[in-house]
Amino acid sequence: MRHAAWIVENLWLIPALPMMAAGISALLKKSQRGLSTALAIGSMGIALVLALMAFAEALAHPVLQIENFSWMQFADQWVKLGWVLDPLAAVMLVMVTFVGLLIFIYSLGYMAHDDNRERFFCFLSLFAGAMLGVVIANSLLLLFMCWEVVGLTSYLLIGFWFHRPAAAAAAKKAFITTRVGDLGLLIGMVWLYAQTGTLLFYNYGSGCLEQRAVAAMAAHATVAGMAVSTAIGLLIFCGAVGKSGQVPLHVWLPDAMEGPTPVSALIHAATMVAAGVYLVARVYPLMTASALEVVTWVGAITAIFAACIAVAQNDIKRILAYSTVSQLGYMMLGLGVGGVAVGMFHLITHAFFKALLFLGAGSVIHGCTEEQDIRNMGGLRRFMPVTFVAYTCGMLALCGFPLFSGFWSKDAILHAAHGWGVSRGPFYLGAIGALLTAFYMTRQMYYVFFGPQRVTDASVGAASVAAHSVPAELIEPVVAARAGEVCIIADPHESPSVMTRPLAILAVFAVLLGFVGTPAWPWFQNFLAGQPARLDWGGFSEPGLLSLMAVSSLIVFAGLGLGWWFYGRRPMVRATDPDALGRLAPKVFHALAERLYVDEIYGVTVIALARFCAGFAAWLDRWIFGGAVRLVSWIVTGVGWLDLGVDKFVVNGGFDEGCRELSRGGRLLSHLQNGRVQNYLRVIAGALVVLAVLLLWGHRG
Amino acid sequence: MTPLAGCLLVSALLFSVGLAGALTRRNAILVLAGIELMLNAANLNFIAFWRFGPHPEYLTGLMFVIFSIAVAAAEAAVGLALILAIYRHARTSDVSEMTEMKG
Repeated sequence: MRHAAWIVENLWLIPALPMMAAGISALLKKSQRGLSTALAIGSMGIALVLALMAFAEALAHPVLQIENFSWMQFADQWVKLGWVLDPLAAVMLVMVTFVGLLIFIYSLGYMAHDDNRERFFCFLSLFAGAMLGVVIANSLLLLFMCWEVVGLTSYLLIGFWFHRPAAAAAAKKAFITTRVGDLGLLIGMVWLYAQTGTLLFYNYGSGCLEQRAVAAMAAHATVAGMAVSTAIGLLIFCGAVGKSGQVPLHVWLPDAMEGPTPVSALIHAATMVAAGVYLVARVYPLMTASALEVVTWVGAITAIFAACIAVAQNDIKRILAYSTVSQLGYMMLGLGVGGVAVGMFHLITHAFFKALLFLGAGSVIHGCTEEQDIRNMGGLRRFMPVTFVAYTCGMLALCGFPLFSGFWSKDAILHAAHGWGVSRGPFYLGAIGALLTAFYMTRQMYYVFFGPQRVTDASVGAASVAAHSVPAELIEPVVAARAGEVCIIADPHESPSVMTRPLAILAVFAVLLGFVGTPAWPWFQNFLAGQPARLDWGGFSEPGLLSLMAVSSLIVFAGLGLGWWFYGRRPMVRATDPDALGRLAPKVFHALAERLYVDEIYGVTVIALARFCAGFAAWLDRWIFGGAVRLVSWIVTGVGWLDLGVDKFVVNGGFDEGCRELSRGGRLLSHLQNGRVQNYLRVIAGALVVLAVLLLWGHRG
Repeated sequence: MTPLAGCLLVSALLFSVGLAGALTRRNAILVLAGIELMLNAANLNFIAFWRFGPHPEYLTGLMFVIFSIAVAAAEAAVGLALILAIYRHARTSDVSEMTEMKG
């Protein structure tokens, strides 16, 4: 056997470096914050270099390479952990470190005015380390540990501006919602351990993802005739649903946009939410056909559901958040119908263009003095040319505009869905989702970058952050009252080059990255499968492929055209003008703007139930357990009072009386010793006389 | 009345005078003088019982008295020294004002 390369033996360095940077900067004083940012960016840079080395190693030897070690003894067996380097991990490593590094650099500019910058970079580094740990873990246990650290840093970073109540609530919501999914993951993990006796993915034939264990689990049936591996796969998928914001656990992701924008880009678009997709890709051998069916449907429903909601949102980041949910649905759909390569290809391209879109949105927000409501923007392409061009690249890639990266990856998914033997449903859902994607992105572009700078009410402009939550109907009367007043965002400006350069780099990737996975040169797919790739124009001649591409291009053009028809033809002049689509179907639009009432439904079902249970538990605690405790305390108090009475009136009284008598006697006797010597003499003389009389008396007797 | 009874009577009288002086006088020196009188009454008893006792030929009583007088002289010296020290301390020799040992 070939001796393992240096990079395989030391793959742990990649997650360890950012983690160490986080640990060190957590200990630094506030005055050394420059060092903390340097540490974060430096460690990320080295991690990128190492990741590239790992990638080169995976290119040279596209096989599975693992390093396992014993972690701790557990009864009579050792729990083993380890890391794995295969094409899947290598691709993810490069993506996470590269996008992460760009976002770190971008954060330098974005967080320049924040007082807690060093805390921010500390959390970001911790996140990056944990995420890289998820990627290289060769044990479900190690993956789960890193997974939870990722969840923790997500919580910390969403709530980074914790003094804003909305941010604090969003952080809690994200943490708790993902915890629901993680419960499934934990149960699945325990079950997997019970079935196979190991949590190592690969261990030279005895790992839980290898032939022997998978075959044993597939043969073993459990409730309702489901194979054990199906059940375990679905439980693990629960974790992915929570982390990747799939319906019905998607509610936390849009709220997570309360965090700083680089966080939204890094964690809630490019990497962390993709961890769920990566997890499913990693445990793919466990996923039986019936489990994949569930994955497919969940993904397809998420894709269209979130795309619908995105159409009616007004917050620039919220639109992108719902778009992310929708795209994650596509990835799941791709995993379900087409295998690891299809889902992962979309994951990688999406990471680049969605990070680009979020950073672009951050640049817009930064340039408009923290304004997030697209209704209050408009005409920004004149003020922010670089951001505009980069954003357009990202937007076209997301829509799946022909030849942009999103086109190739989304088309691969749709093609796979089209060929799925079970049902055509997911394909139609995905196609409509693609139409909606193009439509809502066009809407956003017209709102933000085109048309005139919109007139807003002065008070709305001032209350910038709060403004996006106020429905248009409410502000309208105010505007009418101040008819003459005109207020536009003061001095929109382009962001500094530390922010625009990462945008430019990401834009290049957003445009070109798709070419590594075209049907003619499926390098990416073959790399994941461990096969050499070669250029073959015949890839296009697969039956139905070209016509499908034409159809999906048509869908994209239709979406763009619809967007132009509604929003481009007659640009809105005032921020308070009703939405063009809202005029057409106000009820539907309102329902979509209210996010289809999912939060409200949860509010009256799950949360109400939880609240009822909590109330019942509180009642039980207060009156039953608390009552028993109080009863005991009353009894003890009563006994104490009784003791006190006995002590005070019997014991103390007796002693007090005795002491009083004693001291009174003493006082009386002390009169005798009055210090006058002659008195003593007198007593002696009297005693002498008495003695003499007694003697005489006795003598006579 | 035998000579012994007469001597005892004189001695008792002398003792009573000394006791009365020691008890009633306020001046510490006079109290001391009263005590000396009582001591001398006792000496007189020694002499009387020896002189009119069964063995007047042995000088027992006389020897007792000589020792007693020597002791009395020493005692008087100590007593006077004490009185002087108290006087220096308290600027008085009135025994009724010296009540510091009051309980």
